[in-house]
Amino acid sequence: MTFFYILTVVAIGLSLMIDRGKSWQALRIALKRFLHILPDLLMMIVLVSVVLLLVPERTIARYLGTHNIYLSAALAAILGSVTLMPGFIAYPLCGLLLEKGVPYLVLGIFSTTLMMVGVVTFPLEQHYFGTRVALIRNLLSLLIALIVGICIGIFYGEI
Amino acid sequence: MSKGKKFEIALVLIFGLVVGVLWLRGIPAGQGLGRTAVGFGFNIFKVLPCAFVLIGLFEVWVKPETVEKHFGAQSGLQGHFWAMLLAGTTVGGLYVAFPVAVALYRKGARLAVIFAYIGAAAIVRIPMTIFEATFMGIQFTIIRLIISIPLVLVSAELLGRFLHKHGYVLRT
Repeated sequence: MTFFYILTVVAIGLSLMIDRGKSWQALRIALKRFLHILPDLLMMIVLVSVVLLLVPERTIARYLGTHNIYLSAALAAILGSVTLMPGFIAYPLCGLLLEKGVPYLVLGIFSTTLMMVGVVTFPLEQHYFGTRVALIRNLLSLLIALIVGICIGIFYGEI
Repeated sequence: MSKGKKFEIALVLIFGLVVGVLWLRGIPAGQGLGRTAVGFGFNIFKVLPCAFVLIGLFEVWVKPETVEKHFGAQSGLQGHFWAMLLAGTTVGGLYVAFPVAVALYRKGARLAVIFAYIGAAAIVRIPMTIFEATFMGIQFTIIRLIISIPLVLVSAELLGRFLHKHGYVLRT
């Protein structure tokens, strides 16, 4: 993260040294594009807050840890798709669930859908790509997550 | 401003109002909502301004020919290679990957490559992958990558070609 800030500062500094006019133009573009998607971003924050209120971490833990691996897998796909959390929260959670005996298969599906399928980022995606494409991309991603999970399950001898 | 935008803004304002009232009345749900919204909002807004400044610089300085050569119609597999590399170093999540992908598209990247980039930005971001390996074991991470990367590339290629054939153009 720090590296990212340094990169940005260095980039804008270099740009200013080479061409002031172009640099301002770049900043104007940045601001314009940012403001353009701001409503969708705020919408995403609202959706994330509501979803996490309805499905807090302990609920996720309970649903992923059912004794039926197929039921858990299905729930993992649903929960992973509708929730959104940064990696530094998601992976410790997965690690914890692993210790509690949740199968790798379930966690593979959960973490992959978490990252690739976005119900809460849908308004944003729709803004950029249109409803149809956003829908197709998310469905394809869901399919990929299921295949990945099943392969992981086979590797660990869970199915 | 479009109708959808106005609706979104209205909804966000109502949400803010509801959370504020619940919070002031000391209702736990309100505090939970407020905390998540502020925490998550902070997470996003510490990444996005930098990301957009870099996108702005990219749009001003990078020649379309360069992007076209590495990510364009003739780029073939090489395009996917660059997309993977770029995705590995992307920070944030899908909400950063989308605007970056659109910026690439504007400069001439082909559809399949930007979908590969989005997919890869979700699954192969390097800092996140390291984090995953420490909690889930390196084996888990390696299998996940070996299986998901080819699937992402194939699906991106199929989706890109399908859309291209149907004359899909991104509104930019």
